[in-house]
Amino acid sequence: MAHDSLYAAPPSGADTEREAGRLAGLRGALGTWDGAIVAVLVVAVLLASLSVQNFATGRNVQFLLLDLVPLALLALPMTLIVITGEIDLSVASVVGLSSTLMGQMWLSSGLSLELICVLVVLIGGVLGAVNGLFVTGFGLPSLAVTIGTLALYRGLSFVVLGDQAVADFPAGWTAAAVQTIPGTSIPAAVVPVLLLALVFGVVLHATPVGRALYAMGNNDEAATFAGVSVARTKFWLFVVSGVVGGLVGIFWTLRYASARGDNATGLELTVVTAVLLGGVSIFGGRGGLLGVVAGVLLLGVLRNALQLADVDANALTIVTGTLLIVSVVLPNAVADVRARLHRRRRRAQLGAS
Amino acid sequence: MSLADTGAPARVAGDSPPDVGRPRRSLTERLLAVRELSLLLALGALILVTTLRNDRFLSAQSIKDLLLGCAILVILAVGQTLVIVTRNVDLSVGSILGLVAFATGELFLAAPGTPWPVALLLGVGLGALCGVINGGLIAVAKVPALVITLGTLYAFRGVDYYWAAGRQINAADMPRSFLRLGNQTVLGVPVLFLVALVVVAAVGFYLRSYRSGRELYAIGSEPAAARLSGIPVGRRVFAVFVANGALAGLAGVLYAARFGTLDAAAGSGLELQVVAAAVVGGVAIFGGSGSAYGAALGAVLLTTIGSSLAVLRIDPFWQQAVVGALILAAIGLDRLLALRMAVRLRGRSLHGA
Repeated sequence: MAHDSLYAAPPSGADTEREAGRLAGLRGALGTWDGAIVAVLVVAVLLASLSVQNFATGRNVQFLLLDLVPLALLALPMTLIVITGEIDLSVASVVGLSSTLMGQMWLSSGLSLELICVLVVLIGGVLGAVNGLFVTGFGLPSLAVTIGTLALYRGLSFVVLGDQAVADFPAGWTAAAVQTIPGTSIPAAVVPVLLLALVFGVVLHATPVGRALYAMGNNDEAATFAGVSVARTKFWLFVVSGVVGGLVGIFWTLRYASARGDNATGLELTVVTAVLLGGVSIFGGRGGLLGVVAGVLLLGVLRNALQLADVDANALTIVTGTLLIVSVVLPNAVADVRARLHRRRRRAQLGAS
Repeated sequence: MSLADTGAPARVAGDSPPDVGRPRRSLTERLLAVRELSLLLALGALILVTTLRNDRFLSAQSIKDLLLGCAILVILAVGQTLVIVTRNVDLSVGSILGLVAFATGELFLAAPGTPWPVALLLGVGLGALCGVINGGLIAVAKVPALVITLGTLYAFRGVDYYWAAGRQINAADMPRSFLRLGNQTVLGVPVLFLVALVVVAAVGFYLRSYRSGRELYAIGSEPAAARLSGIPVGRRVFAVFVANGALAGLAGVLYAARFGTLDAAAGSGLELQVVAAAVVGGVAIFGGSGSAYGAALGAVLLTTIGSSLAVLRIDPFWQQAVVGALILAAIGLDRLLALRMAVRLRGRSLHGA
């Protein structure tokens, strides 16, 4: 809104033009959400290493990063989906259902674990395709559809395993999930996450597909007229989200060596929080992957540091909630103030001339 | 649709009988269009099938349990209807309920002699205060309520955890008169259910017959048009969130009276059931349609499904899956009816012109 008023009436005259240019430059450096969130992240890491005991130790870094792997993975497709103006609230339930299916297959099917993993990822894709079909095929709001599948998939994951847990996975596999890169305390699982983040980043920021996502988020109809196949693209985004959910299900199961129906319950809200904190607009059409990665890290660092400082893990939900609210209220408030200042300056210039 | 399409002049001239060109609607379709009726039919069928399998399902005790079980969900669903009708959503109701329930217990711990009406009023007040926070933030940030209430879902719950610090409040800590409120019956009907009935009747009447109630539908149908026609959109939306907060507060006090045992996790995850009840009850997630009666019936239906699964000896783990499937079916049905309605309207206007 405020941006519209800035661009709708460009100030005339060389002086004001130069000033506007300078302002834009300033905004580019400080005002972008990406820059701000990275800065806050750096400050948070510095503060935590200086003031919180045991924060800057290898062991803590390992656990911090391991805890963030599921969140980071799920945030990647969620970023793309939110940029197109949709939402997928069923991701955590996809993780739960994949996890219990993996457990049940390992328990009773006699298949090799490699094959089971492939099947689980495929099933994740199918679960995502169901979401995509309801949203794009039947034209239903993704919010309502994925609230429905959130309950459906979670329910099914309890149907698969009941309240039991499958825990007897081969030790080699569960150890591999938490293994560190030799010589460092960085978990090996971070590497595929970074690779995937790179792929998603390139797709979003450097390909026609990525630009089409922004176009859809800004205006579905205009994107259609510009030759973008909106429905097909959105459908595949939901499928990708399901596939990633399946991958996270496997990781979650092996990391905690336990397949349970309530695995990753409630994680969808944290994923959405991280994405919005990363500067993606819930209306769609705005945001980038760098900000989201920084948002995920910021969320993890803050929670980890406070936990080390003996704040109750459950009470930490205040931090998550407050961060989310601040991240949406602050930009709008700042834009509001900016617009007001700009109007006042323009009025002063008009008065002078 | 342009003005010329309506064919009004022909109608005025009287040379075309009113129901020419109106395709006859099938009986089932007409029944489905009145959501309350189809819900009642579904409820009746469910009760019939369950009773045929086990005739104790219609015993006085089991009906009483059912009414008691659905009362809190009914109150929350009716409050949520107010919000969803204006094209918003309040995900923080479960957290508000938990916070108020725990606060009620704390109140009785601190001042054991407090009469229950005072506790009730304080609880409703605290709930309304949470609603003021929601409504105020939404008004300031001008972002979708989904994001803000996602944040306050965490924040209120975090405050609850921080306050409780792992403690639990037991029924022994609360006065008898208060606990009786949760279990007493009048002529065999639980007091809790009577309270819920009063809420349903009041909100239903308000939405249907008050000017400001009708304006809520206008806001939900098209906020911009509502603003242009002079409806104070911001004030109405704010009021709706306060009202929903107050109702969640009421539900919190009743929760405390009914269960007696309280910890910080009371009501976790309830928000999805509440939204599900409203959506199943025919309240369109994108605003502008639905009634409090429908939402209340949706809540009753969800509760009944839960208890009849138990009676039918179906694995209770199926319940959540059924709820999810029901949501998908309900929004799919809404979409289908809307499409057929659109086709019919188009057909009629073509005939008229």
